[in-house]
Amino acid sequence: MRLSCPFCGPRDSAEFTILGDAGVTRPDPDAPDAPAAFFEAVYLRDNPAGPHREYWYHGAGCRQWLVVGRDTVTHEIFDVTLARRP
Amino acid sequence: MRRSIFSLALNALTGHRLWRPTWRDAVPKPEYDVIIIGGGGHGLATAHYLANVFGIQRVAVLEKSWIGSGNAGRNTTIIRSNYLLPGNNAFYELSMKLWEGLEQELNYNAMVSQRGIVNLYHSDAQRDAYARRGNSMRLHGVDAELLDRDQVRAMVPFLDFDNARFPVKGGLLQRRAGTARHDAVVWGYAAAASRRGVDIVQNCEVTGFIRNGDAVVGVETTRGSIRAPKIAMAVAGNSSRVAALAGLRLPIESHVLQAFVSEAVKPLIPGVVTFGAGHFYVSQSDKGGLVFGGDIDGYNSYAQRGNLPVVEDVAEGGMALMPMIGRIRLLRSWGGIMDMSMDGSPIIDRSPLPGLYLNAGWCYGGFKAIPGSGFCFAHLIAKGEPHPTAAALRLDRFERGYLLDEKGQGAQPNLH
Repeated sequence: MRLSCPFCGPRDSAEFTILGDAGVTRPDPDAPDAPAAFFEAVYLRDNPAGPHREYWYHGAGCRQWLVVGRDTVTHEIFDVTLARRP
Repeated sequence: MRRSIFSLALNALTGHRLWRPTWRDAVPKPEYDVIIIGGGGHGLATAHYLANVFGIQRVAVLEKSWIGSGNAGRNTTIIRSNYLLPGNNAFYELSMKLWEGLEQELNYNAMVSQRGIVNLYHSDAQRDAYARRGNSMRLHGVDAELLDRDQVRAMVPFLDFDNARFPVKGGLLQRRAGTARHDAVVWGYAAAASRRGVDIVQNCEVTGFIRNGDAVVGVETTRGSIRAPKIAMAVAGNSSRVAALAGLRLPIESHVLQAFVSEAVKPLIPGVVTFGAGHFYVSQSDKGGLVFGGDIDGYNSYAQRGNLPVVEDVAEGGMALMPMIGRIRLLRSWGGIMDMSMDGSPIIDRSPLPGLYLNAGWCYGGFKAIPGSGFCFAHLIAKGEPHPTAAALRLDRFERGYLLDEKGQGAQPNLH
């Protein structure tokens, strides 16, 4: 598997570390349903077989956090972009 | 035919023409008392204990491919019960005790071989951690011995004891641990369940659930609708996909774990040896191949194959531990899909939907747990309450904060 880093170009996957599902956002701790929302954010995952958006960290390169679109069945990588706040 | 020395002699003298299939490849009926989704070790063991121990014979096991084609055929066949935490300890020891009587119970040679496992330690801190784990095991009636360097050297003299970075300082030994023949475990459970009337249905993939309000009352499959008041999932690797058919999200991610076998060599490694400074474990099969593995690749995957960086990492771990294997050629490598739970421990519980039961989250420790998992899952399904040794393996432990995190890694599945 090779990731095309937007800053460094195509690099071996061993240079990167995965964090996990990029669809997870930190819930509002002051919301009335905060305990349930935090439980979902910390523990529950869609875990799809197919396209998956995930955070990777390019630790042995530009040290940027990236969002990678990747197919979990074929390991095909669709796109790699810089992670940003929505 | 019951297997014995006499049946073997009879068949040997008659040219092996009298053998019959050991289990029945069934056509699904429209209705059962219990449907088990997944014809791997856990599903077939559950069917066996339901039929032979808990007296429920109208049971179907639905397998999307052929039985034992998933993780039951992709593991490294190690059995052990060297766990630290009270919620896990008694459960894995129950499983270990069931392994010890398995072949007599099933009348099938599963080649259970209690050749021992030694977890090596390489620092004072690691020795203390292993002493703590060994003490926890002994408090629960599990055998454990803390070995010093000389005792380890007497067992496995070929290690690189004076490795400059990670010298071997000793190990934690469980003598009752060992290996078993993975396919024979599947076939043995299938045979014992089939003898009691359990229908084992192959090439039958579940494509949806039949609902009655909240309750799950049946499954849609590629071979038609099948109804039952109790539906039990034992599909580790694909738990999230099957649960999604019922609208459930689980605290699980699927990851790929690679394993390797070398060419066959003469008897070399007496038991199971694990490297404490990297992640590498090795045993030797009865055919002579070194069976070994290491870490999961670390990214979500359903691909049943991994990437080369982990192959290199495992090989480096092996070379750091036992440089003598450097000239041995690799015969095969493969990947299996692990149900990585958020605390590294499994789930045997009811689901939030009435009628649906969940057996999932085995991470990469599912093989050793097959008998215990089958027994406790069958107990839950038949009696409606968890077996005492599996009472901590609840689905709601994440929400309630009662995690069973052996490694203390937190909710990061690829670190367990």
